[in-house]
Amino acid sequence: MKESLLLGAEAVALGAIDAGISGVYAYPGTPSTEITEFIQKSKDAREKNIRSKWCCNEKTAYEAALGMSYAGKRAIICMKHVGLNACADPFMNSAITGVNGGLVLVVADDPSQHSSQNEQDSRYYGKFALLPLLEPSNQQEAYDCVQFGLDFSEKFRLPVILRLTTRLSHSRSIISKRKFHEQNAFNPQVERQRWVTLPAYAKKMYKALVDLQPALTTESENSPFLKVVEGTSKKAVIACGLAYNYVMEIRQSYNLDFSVLKISQYPLPNKQIAEFLEKYDDILIAEEGYPIVEEYLRGFSDNKKLRGKLDGALNRTGELNPDFMAVALGVKSQETAKTPELMVGRPPALCKGCSHRDTYEALNNVMADYTERHVFGDIGCYTLGALKPFEAITTTLDMGASITMAKGAADAGLHPSVAIIGDSTFTHSGMPGLLDAVNDKSKMVVIISDNSTTAMTGGQDSAGTSRLHLICEGLGVEKEHIRVMVPLKANLEKNMQILKEEIEYDGVSVILAQRECVQTAIRNKKKQQAK
Amino acid sequence: MIKNIILAGVGGQGILTIASIIDLAAMHSGLNVKQAEVHGMSQRGGDVQSNLRISDEEIYSDLIPKGKADIILAMEPLEALRYVSYLQKDGIIITASAPFKNIPNYPDENQVLDTIKNSGFKHIIIDSNEIAQNLSERVLNVVIAGAVAPIIGIDSNVMKESVKELFAAKGEEIVAMNVKAFETGVEYNKKL
Repeated sequence: MKESLLLGAEAVALGAIDAGISGVYAYPGTPSTEITEFIQKSKDAREKNIRSKWCCNEKTAYEAALGMSYAGKRAIICMKHVGLNACADPFMNSAITGVNGGLVLVVADDPSQHSSQNEQDSRYYGKFALLPLLEPSNQQEAYDCVQFGLDFSEKFRLPVILRLTTRLSHSRSIISKRKFHEQNAFNPQVERQRWVTLPAYAKKMYKALVDLQPALTTESENSPFLKVVEGTSKKAVIACGLAYNYVMEIRQSYNLDFSVLKISQYPLPNKQIAEFLEKYDDILIAEEGYPIVEEYLRGFSDNKKLRGKLDGALNRTGELNPDFMAVALGVKSQETAKTPELMVGRPPALCKGCSHRDTYEALNNVMADYTERHVFGDIGCYTLGALKPFEAITTTLDMGASITMAKGAADAGLHPSVAIIGDSTFTHSGMPGLLDAVNDKSKMVVIISDNSTTAMTGGQDSAGTSRLHLICEGLGVEKEHIRVMVPLKANLEKNMQILKEEIEYDGVSVILAQRECVQTAIRNKKKQQAK
Repeated sequence: MIKNIILAGVGGQGILTIASIIDLAAMHSGLNVKQAEVHGMSQRGGDVQSNLRISDEEIYSDLIPKGKADIILAMEPLEALRYVSYLQKDGIIITASAPFKNIPNYPDENQVLDTIKNSGFKHIIIDSNEIAQNLSERVLNVVIAGAVAPIIGIDSNVMKESVKELFAAKGEEIVAMNVKAFETGVEYNKKL
């Protein structure tokens, strides 16, 4: 058995290659990016002709993967948790159509919001869509879950969700490879009653999905990833996914003897849960994310045996860790060295020489002349422009919202109404909003801070590189109001002039602020030297 | 045997290279490894850390509990101090001496070093300038890996082989430079 030392995300990628996928479809997003990157760099994947280019957004990724499944082949889709919001429509409806070739959606949640707007728990999406969900607790399980999930997907003809969290996705461990699965044969079938979601057909499919639920529960009860650790006391823990590790860490370190039910497959395994509720007097429910299992088990009558996030036994927000778990399991905290008083924070900042810096400097200078200073920001490195020293942007909501929010505010009478968005975020979901603004001839400026890459997640290809001017023209922005500036110190005056002129234009302007990301530039230079 | 190590530095300083050397050596020694790292937004000039655990038994948690770390390995002294609450009583701090000042309120650097010296923890402070002059600033992380080698519970020669393996693709010259850096680190440990 071949061993490798891999991140959880990479273990999923290797698992997918070995499970015979024919394609991976994804948009970068922390902590999911490394899955697709691993496949892109894999010689094995290249030789097997596995499709792996980045997609424009999660919705295009999801639908394309479903198309590959329709044609009979196996595929995975990868995204961060908020990406699932962007593709909630095809996701929910794919539970109705079902799949042909195996389809696994890998979604990486980010409790503690290390790199995210919120802590949403994708397990709710599983329940929402009535789809099976796998939640591995370690890297080996992450690897194994892909093959298992694809087999399961084909057996029940449903998409399967594989949920990772930051700590698993970005932690390395040794994994063993399993037997390799050949790619599926090309096998598209005309099955209109399944794949056309006309109400008459979809009603039947929805009924079938609901009827399938007891069988899915039985599968969870017999899941290879379910584990019962027997103890002798009347105490127990129901641990979901990664939380199992912290529970076992404390159990082992302090020689505790409570029993543990490890859950890694949903819908919940009713049989084992019922046994635990019957057998034990004091049950801690440990889950990474929302208290979804806890709420379900407490129910309306609030079972007093149960402890968890809702009664404060565990932290309600932020990720779990062994220290929180120790307290919840009754271990007295020991004294440790104090952090010295001289300690100061070191927040993330835009890189030295970053083009966003020069763009913000020019913008701040121009905005200083106005009484209303509002700049609608977006998702990317440039979100750091909200912090000192720039404090340039005043909102950040979700991918693409800079343009649409600026438009709405302009409609309400805001002037200047300025949006700043990165090139990759623009092609992810900024384009339709720009078309809305063009159609309404809204008085606003959109700065596309174009560094030719998806920088924040580590420099992945950006879908519109070198075509942004044409895209804006195509969406109907007037040619003379698509301006290009190069954000450099030397161009400060010139760039301020461009910004001033376009802010005063009574219509939609786009300013393409174009300079390569400094990190990508360094990497490209190294690559060149290596050749 | 279990060794809990916290690697600390600022994004881009190369703590993950130290982790890779130890990870590889641990794997080649038949040990279990878990190593949590930081990716994404907080990388950009912010503080970064990695929790590295090696053991001959099953390792459950990817994170090291407070007061259970055996070693802090840091690329700069303020970042070393950030995690002292994780260090066990007999723990050791190994850090490079030069501060990385990318924040306006970086404390007085002598005070930072004194705080380490007076912390009550065993410590090895590697003279960053000496390394930069005699070797190269770029191999400071490998010097730190060398400095921890004699006390990590893995054969130092296996660690040295990992250094060779890790840099093999970059050519003999780079390998030789890093091996020298590693050996310099081992010497530092002897002075403890």
